[in-house]
Amino acid sequence: MTTTLPSPALQDPMTAPMVEISGLNFYYGESHILRDVSMTIPKGQMVCLIGRNGVGKTTMLKNIMGVLRPRTGEIRFEGQVVNNLPPDRRARLGIGYVPQGREVIPRLTVRENLIIGQEALGSRGKAVKEVPEEIYELFPVLKTMLDRMGGDLSGGQQQQLAIARAIMGQPKLLVLDEPTEGIQPSIILDIEAAVKKIIKTTGISVLLVEQHLHFVRQADYYYAMQRGGIVANGPTSELTNDIIQEFLAV
Amino acid sequence: MTTDVAVQPRRAAKASQKRKLTIEIVAVVAIALFLVLVLPLLLSGFRLNLVGRFLALAIVALGIDLIWGFTGLLSLGHGIFFALGGYAFAMYLELNTLGEGQLPDFFGLYGVTELPWFWQPFNSFPFTLLAIFVIPAIVAGLLGYLVFRNRIRGVYFSILTQAALVVFYNFFNGQQKLINGTNGLKTSTSVFMGQEVGSDSMRMVFYITTVVALVAMYALCRWLTSGRFGRMLVAIRDDENRVRFSGYDPTAFKVLVFAVSGAIAGIAGALYTVQSGIISPQFMDIAFSIEMVIWVAVGGRATLVGAMLGAVLVNMARSLLSERFPDVWLFFQGALFLIVVTTLPDGIIGWGRRSFGAAVSKALGLAPTDLPYLDDTPEAEAITETPEFAEK
Amino acid sequence: MLEGLIGGLFNGISIGAVLLIVALGLAIVFGLMGVINLAHGELMMFGAYTTFVVQNAAKSIGGIAPEIYIFVALPLAFLVSALLGLLLERTVIRYLYGRPLETLLATWGVSLILIQFIRSVSWPMVIGLLIFAALFFIGRWVLTRYTDWDRISHWANPVFLGLSAAIAAVAGFLVQSSGSSKFIRPWFGARNVDVTPPSWLRGGVSVGSSLQFPYARLFIIVLTILCLVAVYWFLNGTAWGLRIRSVTQNRGMSACLGIPTGQVDALTFALGSGLAGIAGFAVTLLGSVGPNLGSNYIVDAFMVVVVGGVGKLVGSIVAALVIGITTYLLGSGTMALLFPPTDFFQPVIAFFNFFATTSMAKVMVFALIIAFLQVRPAGLFPPKGRSVEL
Repeated sequence: MTTTLPSPALQDPMTAPMVEISGLNFYYGESHILRDVSMTIPKGQMVCLIGRNGVGKTTMLKNIMGVLRPRTGEIRFEGQVVNNLPPDRRARLGIGYVPQGREVIPRLTVRENLIIGQEALGSRGKAVKEVPEEIYELFPVLKTMLDRMGGDLSGGQQQQLAIARAIMGQPKLLVLDEPTEGIQPSIILDIEAAVKKIIKTTGISVLLVEQHLHFVRQADYYYAMQRGGIVANGPTSELTNDIIQEFLAV
Repeated sequence: MTTDVAVQPRRAAKASQKRKLTIEIVAVVAIALFLVLVLPLLLSGFRLNLVGRFLALAIVALGIDLIWGFTGLLSLGHGIFFALGGYAFAMYLELNTLGEGQLPDFFGLYGVTELPWFWQPFNSFPFTLLAIFVIPAIVAGLLGYLVFRNRIRGVYFSILTQAALVVFYNFFNGQQKLINGTNGLKTSTSVFMGQEVGSDSMRMVFYITTVVALVAMYALCRWLTSGRFGRMLVAIRDDENRVRFSGYDPTAFKVLVFAVSGAIAGIAGALYTVQSGIISPQFMDIAFSIEMVIWVAVGGRATLVGAMLGAVLVNMARSLLSERFPDVWLFFQGALFLIVVTTLPDGIIGWGRRSFGAAVSKALGLAPTDLPYLDDTPEAEAITETPEFAEK
Repeated sequence: MLEGLIGGLFNGISIGAVLLIVALGLAIVFGLMGVINLAHGELMMFGAYTTFVVQNAAKSIGGIAPEIYIFVALPLAFLVSALLGLLLERTVIRYLYGRPLETLLATWGVSLILIQFIRSVSWPMVIGLLIFAALFFIGRWVLTRYTDWDRISHWANPVFLGLSAAIAAVAGFLVQSSGSSKFIRPWFGARNVDVTPPSWLRGGVSVGSSLQFPYARLFIIVLTILCLVAVYWFLNGTAWGLRIRSVTQNRGMSACLGIPTGQVDALTFALGSGLAGIAGFAVTLLGSVGPNLGSNYIVDAFMVVVVGGVGKLVGSIVAALVIGITTYLLGSGTMALLFPPTDFFQPVIAFFNFFATTSMAKVMVFALIIAFLQVRPAGLFPPKGRSVEL
């Protein structure tokens, strides 16, 4: 189990972890969805959140993004409390979100979908008119479909577009919600490779919710959830088959 | 013994329900008796006539509440049904006043020498009585069917009903030869049951009829909104798709309830017409129909008592304010719309309930069937903030 | 006969152009927010009255001013209505997102207030309003600085509002009762006022023996086309246009991408309102201007939105033109003239003659719209994807 010490009101953004969550409780109406969740995402590391369907993983990510607001608890991003910030402000602080179901804007072209990803830059960077070459190096398939409507792409292509769109905003933390769900195996490997490459070249933190074991093992650290609470955590190297059996297998 | 334990609470609940119903019936009868027996002694004929009109408007408010408060359909076109009921009765009165074979005066002005075919049946009183609520119900049912069967809803439905209202207004306004156009039909000098409609004794008759009709319509709406039918309406309001996926056909329910609501408005229109002395296309003014909605909102939607209370209160405020400060009335009314929508979403009844709690609602005999608006609870708001995500 | 048809077509197109320019702002706002703005007609009226004021100023300047005032009035009408719309969005509509029926009622309330405002606005009233604004906002600003505002706001806000309103009202009445009659007279009053178009917009082009195309109507058609081009460019060629389109299609995800959805809403609403102002400017060329101006156009404009469907400009364009032309052809009796006056066609001619007035044409057009919706419930160009649910 994790324990967190009461943290000072202000932390040095240089030394503070990327994300620090303490005592988070979330309710849908009267049902208690997240119970006292605490977790830490260190800088430059990949953290994976595992658990069966319906344990609250996606709800957790939505709380980090600001789509949902917790009833109690604290979410810090680089030491700053972000509980009261709306999603767009959090995005501009540097949280890139790739939601479940991808949520590509359907009637915008692929190019427009990518350009709109730069909205998250805010005052942190300068938006450009053309999509930089790095994006095509990560996802070559996008280059050939720039003028297609986002909604006309296949599931795998949409997933790649959604990740590329998040990268366009040069996030400090990339939040991925089941990026391999419902996608054919060859593309899963592409996506996995791309995410690894992104971490290697940019040094950003990643929070991943994933069921695909091979991908899970790429993470540095894991948290396992059950019934809305964190029940185990540790380095991924210690993620034994027993633990997987207990928290992931159906 | 064992069965007794299980049965007892249910029996107790039933008994308490029965007791509540008795209290409610007693309260309704007492208020009705007060209106019929005591109020005429307290008020001048003019004021009593005003009260009578407001009570007629309270009947429309019941109809609006049925479709908006309970079913979530915002009709901006109830003026149509109201006016249709009024015209039906006024046409009968026109013909009743005249001797056999004579034509109402205005026909002469436009060179019409023969009674148009659709006037003919209004020679008969039983037909007129039926027409007052059946014609509006048919029109509402037809309009509802054509709109609902295509799953047109929300604001689309609202603006279509408003457009329908404008169309009916144009039609009645433009047909001088058929229905006396802009001038409308005057009823105050017509004869009903051997007496002039505008006379004091006849006014009293209409006043009492209005009170009786209000009680009857309240009972009807109360019956409709409690039990299975009422639960279905609320279910349609809160999540129509889920109702459809559960194997019910919301369209039929919506058409039915819209028709019933139209019929209620027709009855109200007839009673209002004879008490105000005239029916004209002005009753299908856009503003009047939207006002009806705000009466319900002021009183508290999805509470029948609130709808009636709102209609009477707003119209009293109107007659007080517009008599003395005609310029202020529109400002006041505009502000009323804004305030009710932004800060008093449950109206006076909801506010009273929150402030004075169970005591008031118990006294008014409201509690169980009046379901509050789900969207307005703070938890629901937090979730609906970003509906795209919340639904998953 | 041919001339009649061309003339009818021209008149229909010019009616359609007016409808389109009124409906354009409405369609944009509705497409983005699902909000039906019943005050749209009154925003239009404010544009018309702005034109009236500019025209009066031009008249008093004299010289060439009355000939060119419309080039000042046009941007000013846009600006006035846009600012008013912005105010409306920031103070009322923002709090009602996701509740379209409530928004509709609230905007109706606003429209009543705007109508009465135009009728009774006078110097004493403006002075009263300024005093109110000064007291309320400055007073609140002072209080928020020096007291624990959050703790007292729940009772201090209404008390402060009431107090400032009461003081302002008293001040207004004092000015009203002491000022000279010229000073306290309402600016516009409830009666209609006339806007004189510049002389070069009066008259028209004559074609053939009986056809005349009035300059004013040609001007409106050109103006509508310019507005369409400008809106198209704004939505498809600018960064804010991209944001607007993104939010229209997926509000939640757009926010997660860092798009400030609140600002996008405010901007879109201001844009739609500004277009209403331009529409108000345009209709001053056609006739007199009164407080009820808005209600004459608003229902037809809604029908354009319903028939056109949301999310595509081309839907609104086609719908406005079709409704405009149909209304004119029916209302002017041109349809009846198309049939040879033989016994065989007599019932048809009688049928069309029955609908050959402006108001009866509306009856017929509505019936046609309802029939059309049986085939295409979501309009001409239904949106694809997630925004279908309304």
